[in-house]
Amino acid sequence: MSEDVEQAGIAAEVARMSDEQRTEHNIEVAELVAPDRPVEVDVGATLLELREVSMRFGGLVAVDDVSFNIRRGEILGLIGPNGAGKTTCFNLMTGVYRPTGGQILLEGKKLGRRKRHRITRMGIARTFQNIRLFGEMTALENVVVGADARHRTSVPGALVRSPRHFREERDAVERASALLEFVGIADRAADKARNLPYGYQRRLEIARALATEPKLLCLDEPAAGFNPAEKDDLMGLIRRIRDDGYTVLLIEHDMRLVMGVTDRIVVLEFGRKIAEGLPADIRDNPAVIAAYLGVPDDAPA
Amino acid sequence: MSVPGSSRLRRFRDRWNTLSRPQQWLALVPVVVLIYFIPVIDPPLLTTEPFTNFPIAMVHAAELALVAIGLNVVVGQAGLLDLGYVGFFAIGAYVAALFTSSDSMLHKLPYLATLPLAMGVTMIAGVLLGLPTLRLRGDYLAIVTLGFGEIVRLMATIVPQLKGQPGFQGVGHPPGTEADGQLIFSVSNGTPWYWLVVTLIIVILLLVGNLERSRVGRSWVAIREDEDAAQLMGVPTFKFKLWAFAIGAAIGGLSGALVAGQTGYMNNANFSVSFSVLYLAAVILGGSGNKVGVMLGAFIVSYIPDRFTNLSDRKYLIFGLFLVVLMIFRPQGLLGARQRLLARGRQAYQRLVGRPEQISNESSVASAGSEGA
Repeated sequence: MSEDVEQAGIAAEVARMSDEQRTEHNIEVAELVAPDRPVEVDVGATLLELREVSMRFGGLVAVDDVSFNIRRGEILGLIGPNGAGKTTCFNLMTGVYRPTGGQILLEGKKLGRRKRHRITRMGIARTFQNIRLFGEMTALENVVVGADARHRTSVPGALVRSPRHFREERDAVERASALLEFVGIADRAADKARNLPYGYQRRLEIARALATEPKLLCLDEPAAGFNPAEKDDLMGLIRRIRDDGYTVLLIEHDMRLVMGVTDRIVVLEFGRKIAEGLPADIRDNPAVIAAYLGVPDDAPA
Repeated sequence: MSVPGSSRLRRFRDRWNTLSRPQQWLALVPVVVLIYFIPVIDPPLLTTEPFTNFPIAMVHAAELALVAIGLNVVVGQAGLLDLGYVGFFAIGAYVAALFTSSDSMLHKLPYLATLPLAMGVTMIAGVLLGLPTLRLRGDYLAIVTLGFGEIVRLMATIVPQLKGQPGFQGVGHPPGTEADGQLIFSVSNGTPWYWLVVTLIIVILLLVGNLERSRVGRSWVAIREDEDAAQLMGVPTFKFKLWAFAIGAAIGGLSGALVAGQTGYMNNANFSVSFSVLYLAAVILGGSGNKVGVMLGAFIVSYIPDRFTNLSDRKYLIFGLFLVVLMIFRPQGLLGARQRLLARGRQAYQRLVGRPEQISNESSVASAGSEGA
């Protein structure tokens, strides 16, 4: 048994640390995770801008003339009842759909007709409402795929095992290991993603998205299916991600979580933006309350 | 699963995975030596004689193994269902025939020079087929590639320069004569051809392994697992699907050129759709996504008909029954998919969790069980 502990590597080591050591360790990890990330000097400046964005599917208007900004360094909540167009918004930002009207700009550059992987390289990464990991890959390999978004080795380099290939491999594995520790699942790094517990899978998705070195991290209902304690852990993780200098866009149904972790909230209903503001204001906003609880027929919308 | 031997296989595999890389290489040396000398040894139970000359049967198996390795890149690793793989095989074979046969009007080249040429030409063919079709997925891609295979076959029939049914006699072979003046690489002598093909297989395996443990291999598996998610994680999916097609095609072309040289003739009868299906059967039977598995599958697919030639048509009945039974009990193939996708994975896993990564699903269940116990 004692041999097991000795062999169990970094995960066990972290578990044995004192709180102080652990904080220090976390800072080291954070530096490893994103060594080249520019220090966020422009906190508060616009990072992503949706300009009168619309999305029609045939006769259905899923997103209707929506405009809002995401500012550097904030956690923005995107909420709304089922079918309000939240996930469609995500899909528009990440290039899954192209808007039928309006523009989306990242740091002033239009996403335009860029391919999805190019948008990822521009700096938008996401997780999925229904977990979509690469099930037959190990946890570590999943995260390395994310890190590969910044790499350039292709078939010729890999065939002859060029120096760049080795440099990128080493870099990717180091960063991916650090990220697994950061989200707290390093102890299962060697397991296939499909065999991980549900909570681990959710965290693995976040680690994989972070590995692409995004400027904006979009989380699509990351707490779905979590119990209250797990949700608290997740809130802590999202805050730590922000404190590391990432900007976070969060879709979430759980009001306690949204109110607890976001800096600002945008509310959608039937594809339109009905409110935007600080969590406290949103909580008291009559239109938002009406959207969630319903209103009598004669009341103003 | 319910196959009795599988737990022993699992234990063997887990032990194998704990060996270091040099240890694995060392352990492989006797295996490789044995494989090289099989046609010379002609083991009593394994032999296909008197029905089929044993070295010739082994060449057939090795050639099919090479085809399966190529098809495995496309189907097993990148997850692209290609039903027209025989088309690439045919192109490679015709390149070798056109440039070496006495029946051809083209400039003659040394046979060995046509091997890289065949790879290059089929690679281009793979890219040309892939450019318009790789936007399609799944079943649609399968149908389009099926059409491609037929087009190649029909071209061989229709285009006069490709000589259709009469085909090409006297396709070239590597140089060299024995002391008594006999050709080393003659049509009737399988062993030298077998050695050539096995050597090429080893080279190709090393190269494909390099690709697997790199960004390329990871992209392929990511595409196979979830193409949309792969794109959103920054994988240039179209580019890497095209590469998979091109590399698969090149290996198919190489095996085509080898078969043309070894049989010494080439006509349009060798490229029907049923061959594509047979190749696919080898890959799926052995274990799609497992290089050792697909070679094993290729060996079985090639060996059974050669071994039971005396049963004439019934040999395919046996073969068919075997396939059905195997697919019922082991839908993942004889050896399930496995891959190592990191060039520096060993050290990383050792550092992180103190044990090697989980490669196959069976051993995962086993290790999860032993952890719980």
